[in-house]
Amino acid sequence: MTMTAELPEVSIAEVDKSKVKIDVRSLDFYYGRSHALKDVTIPFEANAVTALIGPSGCGKSTLLRSLNRMYALYPGQKATGKIMLDGEDILRSGVNLSMLRAKIGMVFQKPTPFPMSIFDNVAFGVRLYETLGRAQLAERVEESLHRAALWDEVKDKLQTSGLGLSGGQQQRLCVARCIAVKPEVLLLDEPTSALDPISSAKLEETVTQLKNDYTIIIVTHNLGQAARLSKYTGFMYLGELVEFGQTAEMFTKPVTTRASDYITGRFG
Amino acid sequence: MAVSARHVAARRLGNVVFVAFCALVTFIALAALALILYSLIVQGLGGLNLNIFTKSTPAAGTPGGLINAIVGSILMCVLGMIIAVTMGILGGTWLAEYAGESRYGTIIRFLNDVLLSAPSILIGLFVYEILVFPHIQVRLFGHDIKIEPFGHFSGLAGGVALALLAAPVIVRTTEDVLKLQPIALRESGVALGAPVWHVIRTILWRGSASGILTGALLAFARISGETAPLLFTALNNQFFSWDMTHAMASLPVVIFQDALTPYPDLNRLAWAGALIIAASVLAVTIIARAFSQEPRRS
Amino acid sequence: MSTAVNATPTARRTTPRGFALEPVFEGLCFAAATALLAALGGVLVSLAIGGWPALSRFGLSFVTGVTWDPNPDHETYGAAGPIVGTLITSAAALIMALPVAGGVAFFLVELCPTILRRPIGTAVELLAGIPSIVYGMWGLFVFAPFFATHVETPLMTWAPPGSIWETLFSGIPNGSGMLAASIILAIMILPFMAATLRELLNTVPTQVRESAYGLGATTAEVVLKVTLPYIRRGAIGAVMLGLGRALGETMAVTFIIGNSHAFPKGLFDSGSTIASTIANEFNEAGPLQSSALIALGLVLFVITFTVLALARLLLRSQVRA
Repeated sequence: MTMTAELPEVSIAEVDKSKVKIDVRSLDFYYGRSHALKDVTIPFEANAVTALIGPSGCGKSTLLRSLNRMYALYPGQKATGKIMLDGEDILRSGVNLSMLRAKIGMVFQKPTPFPMSIFDNVAFGVRLYETLGRAQLAERVEESLHRAALWDEVKDKLQTSGLGLSGGQQQRLCVARCIAVKPEVLLLDEPTSALDPISSAKLEETVTQLKNDYTIIIVTHNLGQAARLSKYTGFMYLGELVEFGQTAEMFTKPVTTRASDYITGRFG
Repeated sequence: MAVSARHVAARRLGNVVFVAFCALVTFIALAALALILYSLIVQGLGGLNLNIFTKSTPAAGTPGGLINAIVGSILMCVLGMIIAVTMGILGGTWLAEYAGESRYGTIIRFLNDVLLSAPSILIGLFVYEILVFPHIQVRLFGHDIKIEPFGHFSGLAGGVALALLAAPVIVRTTEDVLKLQPIALRESGVALGAPVWHVIRTILWRGSASGILTGALLAFARISGETAPLLFTALNNQFFSWDMTHAMASLPVVIFQDALTPYPDLNRLAWAGALIIAASVLAVTIIARAFSQEPRRS
Repeated sequence: MSTAVNATPTARRTTPRGFALEPVFEGLCFAAATALLAALGGVLVSLAIGGWPALSRFGLSFVTGVTWDPNPDHETYGAAGPIVGTLITSAAALIMALPVAGGVAFFLVELCPTILRRPIGTAVELLAGIPSIVYGMWGLFVFAPFFATHVETPLMTWAPPGSIWETLFSGIPNGSGMLAASIILAIMILPFMAATLRELLNTVPTQVRESAYGLGATTAEVVLKVTLPYIRRGAIGAVMLGLGRALGETMAVTFIIGNSHAFPKGLFDSGSTIASTIANEFNEAGPLQSSALIALGLVLFVITFTVLALARLLLRSQVRA
């Protein structure tokens, strides 16, 4: 007779409905015939950091990319279900994708500075939506670079190319670029996996400073990072959301077998 | 080891023969290049003088130059490039950014490659058929109406023929160079809400600029030496002319005609023209290669 | 600070700048791409239409007939001479160029000392860029006299009368003719094929080559038994591409082929190719002759299209040459 009690397969904690920024309900995702996300339901609390963890191929990046409908670029990829942003379903047809993407910013795994000056990089999104005078624009750029913890390093070389920065600086430039359009949500897809430890630490610091003002969802392979940064964590496996709850609890007392195995390093 | 010494020796010998063969043929190929360049330079310089750049093509026995042919070539090549660059960049962009995996895209890519290597003389015939020759004759209400777009040879037709030869090159290089850009770069632009064409214009084209320029320069080098497509489109013009709506002289055609005459002074002129063409093609190619070696600032 | 940060800014557009023009831009790009399709289709259609009068008049004898006579009293056009001339010169050029191109490519990739690699490689590429008319001129003024004095005449005087050699070496020893044209054509397609083969060889992963060397193979064996089979498909494609170019080449050949429509009987006989015939006669041609020449163009189109299509299918799978 075993001493351990039967652990549940799936466990989704409750989040206060009034605080939910994005509510994903029964999301299914298909790459052509391949069923990549299976009936995923997960809440993302406003002005908090939620981490998505899980082994490669579990669907965490797919889930992230559904939130700003990035998949719309590729025919053959489709999503069914509901994703409620501030109470509105963004998966329905007729949604203004550009406005959606102005509200939700995304930072990618490899830094992607545009081939233009640092100033123009940050101003890129702003120029799409607003007509600001030169002084106002400069102010907005400076503000964004401050918040991304990059201002001091680049303030003297705003007109030089963004490509000339180091990897870590480029990634913070991408963050500044996102922030400049004043989004409400930030999606970070393994933002530090291509960076050295020092740059990673700096970026994590930036995320910590941003979390009170933005809803942040971060996909990460680094369990320590998830533990350091996030208030909630979702563990995914083979396209399903297996466990979701407060990070502190999940990492000390995971409820499901699979999450427990992953977190303790039984598999990766 | 059960390897016989004789076997090893045979393999060694085979290797020596092979290496010797490769080295020999490389030497032969380089020697051929050297010979051709030598003749070109010696003969070409012999015919080169100031008249080349000041006088137009002469009849046999009279002094003359090549200025009308040089100007004609430049005009037609520039026209051809303007058309080809526009069509080529847009077409290549479509293939790289909008076509995806579609069947139609595969077909276009395939046909573009065929057009790339198609015999240039057939392109010349085609342009002749549509821009030089055709006239539509209809009988309307008892009257004969004849529509002749040009009805005669023109520098414009020549430019169009050259454009058809250059465009596939530019489509190819544009598509290749755009596809080298990381997907995340494109998605970053879209993630900010930018329309796809804005992303293409401000980010992707800018990032691929040197590659596209290289392609354009190589296409230019190619068409500046083409003779066959001009034979039936621009024909030739004994005199100096800026008028592209009528027959126009070009270096390759002048060389072709002068070389085949039995008059030594015209032959000399042909060599001078050949030297000029070869030198400019070489110069453009070297510039293009230099461009593509430019290190990325990172 | 936290409330002000994401306050929606004033004067914000609902669609980004340039939003409305997106379909216009995409449409333009699509139109440009389709224009290429249209151009190729147009070439085929215009050749067919233009050549129809001659084809319908002469039928199959257009392709099989040997008489090409523009004399208006007894106009008849049989294109067997140019067609055969095209095929023979291209095939001969290919046979001569291929081993040399292969040797150069192997040399550059496996045998060449590193310092020489760049200059020799560039030299080969520059050769590929020289316009064909230069080759034609060189062929006519430099090569032909040399060929006549040092190759044709000795061989013709040596050939025992009545022997097969005499027929093989028959013709006029003026340096032009089928063999001379084939040689010039070979020199012309050589650099291009060498460059393509070299690119193909460079796609072979270093580990593959190194493991072969590690087993004790000689350079020849590595090249012939490992890398060559690795790129076999692409190599065949490159060969066909070279063939395609040779078939359509006009200028290098016209100067030196002698331009006779009769069936060549010997290596030094004059002949003609489709391209040289069109180039020489088109501008003075009467209506039926024009049509015959365009029909010739159609034949060339069909031949080269087939060869090039096959080449592309083979090459695309291996490298972007």
